[in-house]
Amino acid sequence: MSEALVAVETAGADTAAPAASGARQFWRRLRAQRAALVAAAVVALLVLIALGAPLLTALEGQDPTTYHPSLIDSARGGVPIGSFGGIGADHWLGVEPQTGRDMFARLVYGARVSLGVALAATAVQVVLGVAMGVASGLGSRWADLVLSRITDIFVSMPLMVMALALLAIVPDGFPRPVLVALIISLVSGWSTTAKMVRAQTLTLKNLDYVAASRLSGWSTWRTAVRELLPGLAAPVITYAALLIPSNISAEAALSFLGVGVKPPTPSWGQMLTSADVWYQAAPQYLLLPAAALFVTVFALTVLGDGVRVALDPRAASRLRIGTGRRREARADKAAPKAGTAATATPATATSANVTAAKKEDRA
Amino acid sequence: MNGFTGFVLRRVIGAVVTLFALSVIIYVVFYVTPGNVAQITCGPRCSPAQVHQVAQQLHLDDPLYVRYWHFLQGLFVGQDFSTGTSVEHCSAPCLGQSYQSDQQVTSIILAKLPVSFSLVLGAMVIWLVLGVGTGVLSAWRRGRFSERVLTAITLAGTATPVFVIGLILMIVVCGELQLLPFPEYVNFTDDPEQWAWNLLLPWLSLALVEAAGFARLTRASMLETLAEDHIRTFRAYGVGERAIIARHALRGATASVIALNAVTFGSAVGGAVLTETLFGLPGIGQELVHAVKVVDLPVVVGMVLVIGFFVVLANAVADVLYAVADRRVVLV
Repeated sequence: MSEALVAVETAGADTAAPAASGARQFWRRLRAQRAALVAAAVVALLVLIALGAPLLTALEGQDPTTYHPSLIDSARGGVPIGSFGGIGADHWLGVEPQTGRDMFARLVYGARVSLGVALAATAVQVVLGVAMGVASGLGSRWADLVLSRITDIFVSMPLMVMALALLAIVPDGFPRPVLVALIISLVSGWSTTAKMVRAQTLTLKNLDYVAASRLSGWSTWRTAVRELLPGLAAPVITYAALLIPSNISAEAALSFLGVGVKPPTPSWGQMLTSADVWYQAAPQYLLLPAAALFVTVFALTVLGDGVRVALDPRAASRLRIGTGRRREARADKAAPKAGTAATATPATATSANVTAAKKEDRA
Repeated sequence: MNGFTGFVLRRVIGAVVTLFALSVIIYVVFYVTPGNVAQITCGPRCSPAQVHQVAQQLHLDDPLYVRYWHFLQGLFVGQDFSTGTSVEHCSAPCLGQSYQSDQQVTSIILAKLPVSFSLVLGAMVIWLVLGVGTGVLSAWRRGRFSERVLTAITLAGTATPVFVIGLILMIVVCGELQLLPFPEYVNFTDDPEQWAWNLLLPWLSLALVEAAGFARLTRASMLETLAEDHIRTFRAYGVGERAIIARHALRGATASVIALNAVTFGSAVGGAVLTETLFGLPGIGQELVHAVKVVDLPVVVGMVLVIGFFVVLANAVADVLYAVADRRVVLV
C-alpha cells in the first residue's frame, strides 16, 4: 500500500496516531531523543554481533562448543587456569569453569539465541494479538464475547509458570530455541496486545473513513486490512517495541531455570545458572552474561520508550518524557511560585507551551 | 441487583467462569497431548505396570468429557485410587498423585504454600512502599536533577531480570560483605525473626524489579493529575505543594496502583519461581521446576491450577478494590 494512500486514509483519524504518513516524522522525532538514539546504536551493535557471531569467533580462532580440558584446573574442581578466568590472547574473555569452553564465543552466540528467540516470539505475539483483537473488535457480539473471555484468561495466566509447565510435555526432539520462542509467545504478550488492539479497533470502527468502507459494502476482511491496520500500526509498533525486552528476559529466565535453551547451545540465562558457585575463581563467568543481559534489555527498553514518544508526541508532552521535558517541567513548577503575580502565571505557561511546541516542530 | 453489590457479584461470577475455563484449558493441554499420555504422566522412569495403573486412574479409555468429569469430581468430592495392592482415598481438593514420590499433589502443594506466600506477600509490601514512594518523590521533584536520577534508576530496575538482581545481591551481601548468611528458609511459626532475616534478600530481589513499574506508573499518573485544571485552582487558592501532592495527586494514582498490583501479582508468582530456585527456598516455584525436570505431570498440572486460582482471585479482589477507590467503575 502506498504511503500517500495511507496518509489520506488516516488523515481523518484524530484519535489514532498517524501511521505511515509519519514515517519520516517518526525518524525525526526518534532522532531528537538522545537516549533513544544511543539505545538504538547499542541495539544495532548487538544485532550486528549476533549476525556476525561466526565471523567474530573465527577472528578469535575459537568456537562455542569445543572443550578445553587443558585450560582448567581439575584438581581445584575445574577452575580456569590463569588470572580472571583465563583471559588472554587466545581466549579474549577467558574460558568457562569445568568445561573450558571459550567465553567470548559463547557470549556472542548467546546474543543470537537471545535476540532470535525474542524477535520470533514478538512476531508471533503481534500477529496473534492483532488477529484476535481485530476479530473481536469487528466481529459480532457473540464472537467478541467469546474471544474477549479467552483473551482475559490468557491475560491472567502467569507466564513463567505456564511456560515452565508446557516445556515439561513437549518431546525432546523439537528444536529447543524454536520451542522456547513459541511457548513464550503463546502464553504471554499476545493477550495484552489483543486487548489493546480490540479497544483501538472499537474506536477506529466508528470513524467516518472506516464506517464508509463498511457501508459501501466492502467485506469485513478488506475493511480490516485496508482501513484498520494502517490506523493500528502506531500503537502496535509501540507495543511490540516493549514486548521484545520482556521476551528476552523470559528466555533468559527459562534457560536460567534449566528448561529453556539446552546445552550445548549457549544462552545468557543458562550461563548464569551455576555462576554463583564460580564467582570468586572466574568472576567474568558471572559478570559477562549478566552485563550482556542487562545492557540488551536496558537498551531495548529505552528504545521502546523512544519509539512510543516518537509515535505519540502528545503522551510525551503530557508525561514530560523526551524532548523539551526539563524546560517545560521547570516552567510548570515555577508557575505556582509566581502565584502572587496573577498575570505572571499564564505568561510563563504560554511561553513554556510555545517553547515545547517549537521543540516539537524542530523534532 | 445493582450498584456495588451487583458489581461485586458480577465480578465473582466472572472469576468463577474464568477459573472453570482455565481448568478446562489446562486439562486439555496437558492430558490430551499426542503420544502415550499415561507414559508422559507417569514420567520416564515408570514401569509398564505403573503406566497401566496410571492409564486406569486417568480413565484413558473414556471419552474426553467423562475424563474431565472425573477430574472435577476429584477436585470437589475426592477420589479413590487403587495403587495396585491397596485402595487409597484422596480427599476433597484432590489434584491427583505424584508418580515420582507417591505423595498426593494436594499435600505437596499445601506443604510448599507457606514459603511462597511468605515470599510474595513480603515482597509485595516492599515493592508497594518502595515503588509508590519513588514515584511520589519523582513527581514531587519533577524537572530537577534528582528526578532524572530516580527515573534512570527505575528504568534500570525494569531492565534487570529478577535472577540477575538476586544473584548480585546474594554474592555481594552474603558472599563478599558477609552481612547475612546465605538464605535458608525458617518457618514463621518457629522463629519470626530468623524468618524475616532469611527472607530479606529474596524479598528485595523480587521487590526491586517490580517496584520500578510502580514508580513509573505512580509518577506518570500523578503528573497527569497535576496537569489538570482543578489542581491549578487549588494552587490559586494557596494550597501548598505538599498538600496537593499528598491529598490530590496521590489519590488520583491510587486506582491505577491497585490495578497494577493485580497484574504484578501474576508476574511476581513467576518471579517467585526464579527467586526460590536461586535462593533455594522450598516453595511452590522450586517444586514446580523440579516437577518439570523429572516430568511429574500431576504435580505440574496441580501447581499450575493452584497458581492460576490465586492469580484469578487476586485479579477479582483488585477489581473490587479498584471499584472502592473509583466508584465510577461500578456504573460501566
